[in-house]
Amino acid sequence: MPSLGADMEAGTLVEWLKRPGDRVRRGDIVAVVETQKGAIEVDIFEEGVIERWLVEPGTTVPVGTPLAVIADTRPAVAVAEMEVAATVTPTPAPAAPPSMPPLLEPRTGAGRPRVSPAARRLAAERGVTLDRLTGSGPGGAILYADVERAAAEAAPRPAEPKRLDLAEMRRAIGAAMARSKREIPHYYLSTTVDLTRSLAWLEETNATRAPAQRLLLAALLIKAVAWALGEAAEFNGFFTAEGFQPGAGIHIGTAIAIRGGGLIAPAIRDADKLSLEALMAQLRDLVARARSGALRSSELSDPTITVTNLGERSVETVFGVIYPPQVALVGFGMPVERPWVVSGEVAARRVLTTTLAADHRASDGHRGALFLANINRKLQSPETL
Amino acid sequence: MTDRVREITYRDAVREAIREALLADPSVFLMGEDVGRYGGCYAVTKGLLDEFGPERIRDTPLSESAFVGAGIGAALGGMRPIVEIMTVNFSLLALDQIVNNAATIRHMSGGQFEVPVVIRMATGAGRQLAAQHSHSLEGWYAHIPGLKVVTPATLEDARFMLAAALADPNPVLIFEHVMLYNRSGVLPADAVPVDIRSAIVRRPGKDLTLVTYGGTLFKTLDAAEILAKEGVGAEVIDLRVLRPLDAETLLASVRKTRRAVIVDEGWRSGSLSAEISARIMEGAFWELDAPVGRVCSAEVPIPYPHHLEEAALPQPAAIVAAAKAALGG
Repeated sequence: MPSLGADMEAGTLVEWLKRPGDRVRRGDIVAVVETQKGAIEVDIFEEGVIERWLVEPGTTVPVGTPLAVIADTRPAVAVAEMEVAATVTPTPAPAAPPSMPPLLEPRTGAGRPRVSPAARRLAAERGVTLDRLTGSGPGGAILYADVERAAAEAAPRPAEPKRLDLAEMRRAIGAAMARSKREIPHYYLSTTVDLTRSLAWLEETNATRAPAQRLLLAALLIKAVAWALGEAAEFNGFFTAEGFQPGAGIHIGTAIAIRGGGLIAPAIRDADKLSLEALMAQLRDLVARARSGALRSSELSDPTITVTNLGERSVETVFGVIYPPQVALVGFGMPVERPWVVSGEVAARRVLTTTLAADHRASDGHRGALFLANINRKLQSPETL
Repeated sequence: MTDRVREITYRDAVREAIREALLADPSVFLMGEDVGRYGGCYAVTKGLLDEFGPERIRDTPLSESAFVGAGIGAALGGMRPIVEIMTVNFSLLALDQIVNNAATIRHMSGGQFEVPVVIRMATGAGRQLAAQHSHSLEGWYAHIPGLKVVTPATLEDARFMLAAALADPNPVLIFEHVMLYNRSGVLPADAVPVDIRSAIVRRPGKDLTLVTYGGTLFKTLDAAEILAKEGVGAEVIDLRVLRPLDAETLLASVRKTRRAVIVDEGWRSGSLSAEISARIMEGAFWELDAPVGRVCSAEVPIPYPHHLEEAALPQPAAIVAAAKAALGG
């Protein structure tokens, strides 16, 4: 049924002027159709033979409805094409699923993960890490709802204390150590300390104590350093633009390794004045708080010297890098059993390599040797500590 | 006017609006090609010549530039002309009058002159009128400052937008999609005047926003219905006004659903749909969960054969497919 006006939606076939089998050519009048504008003759644009009528006279059909099939006298393929063209109906949408323009290219390889802007913003607000989320969006994109879910799953867990920023700590260590190596003329001294007396004394002392009250060798070592510093002021303090400034007290920075990497050396303040028990308690407290990131800023800025004890890490000798603006670092390795000459006899003894890294601007090797010797001496009479 | 609920067609609604305006204001008159004796190429103005006479229902020569220019002149002179152009394709002959005169005179005169002309025209495809009578160029006019561009899709808007357009001191272009004229429905008895400022949510939904206007509104609502059966809540926004765009309604919806697909019978390139997409990027980028999708007409002059014409236009199946793409389905 041809459209015979912009407004025409249907027409009524009044009569056929050609019969099946009739040959028609372009321009022939084949039918009469009644519209709102009156009876109109329908002419034809095709050439061929009318095969059959599809609509009987008197029938009203929508515009676009095929009225008849015209068989071509040429090869059959043309007939098929015409039938396809003729079977168009007025309203239905195309049957084939429409192909969408490529809204989203398929994700290829491992690039930046797809994260929707909304998801990215929410993740930033809620502190959700996107790396491990699985996206439910187009092309596997992480969506707002994915982040919302992840945040909800994470939420019930008790809020963890503010964690140390290890990356930031690493940067700070790097900056300080670079400055140290750049500015501080280090010299290094080493001595080996016979620990027999100290260890015996510790064993004896700890034998009667509850585990929580027991002393560790570290406490003894720190105390020995603190005591020796009383006679070696040039190792305790800061080197500034005005030169060496002796520390106002003996605050021993105690290097503590952080799980996951990193290092911090909070101070045990006035270590020379503390009893071993008090020093031990402070040491335990500092280690616990350093590892949970709950140190006080004063504890971090105060140290007038640093003690590094790498004995737990199975190294024998520490070659320290001074923490500026400090001027010295005392290093303790691991106590090891060695053949040792005592009173002309070889004996098995537990010994400890003790080193000093010191700033040549503030002291020299002679003073350093005395300082180390004093530490050694103190560790030979632990009962006086 | 009637106080009963009744079923009328879009065509009737437009006619009633014109009739009401003619009755209410003696400065209102209608002119255009075949609007009088023929009753309008889409039969919108049928019967008006008999009722109001040739002074107020004026058949014009086939010269869009001349009669649109005359309408602008009449508006400058204090009249409230309604100018009908058969189809937006023909309005191109009057582009100089519309863009260089109607849109500019208020601004170039420092506000001394107003141009309260209303220009109605048919737009869109679907009636096998081929490439010179079927295009959707309303987006072009939406580019022009100084014009207001409205696209009534519902019976209510067809019935009431004209009054708002005539009341506006600026030139207002009303685009009536050809496939809407025969749509019929119930016009509520309590229908009230409408504005020509705001977009409206025609169907609420939470999963994605389908933005459309005019002739594709009902196809989009059909698509939303299909999506609903598959558990997807599509919110359908009828822009109603293409210039100035009601970005707030649009953005509020997109911020809620985080996904948008624009359905526009205009072509994609350099189009209104591109503008809407850009507005969403500017106003809601950080709220989005997917790139903005578009369903537009194929980039060809609208074909004559019915099946090709249908294939060239946005259809519900394509809208559903675009919605699913935005949802990742």
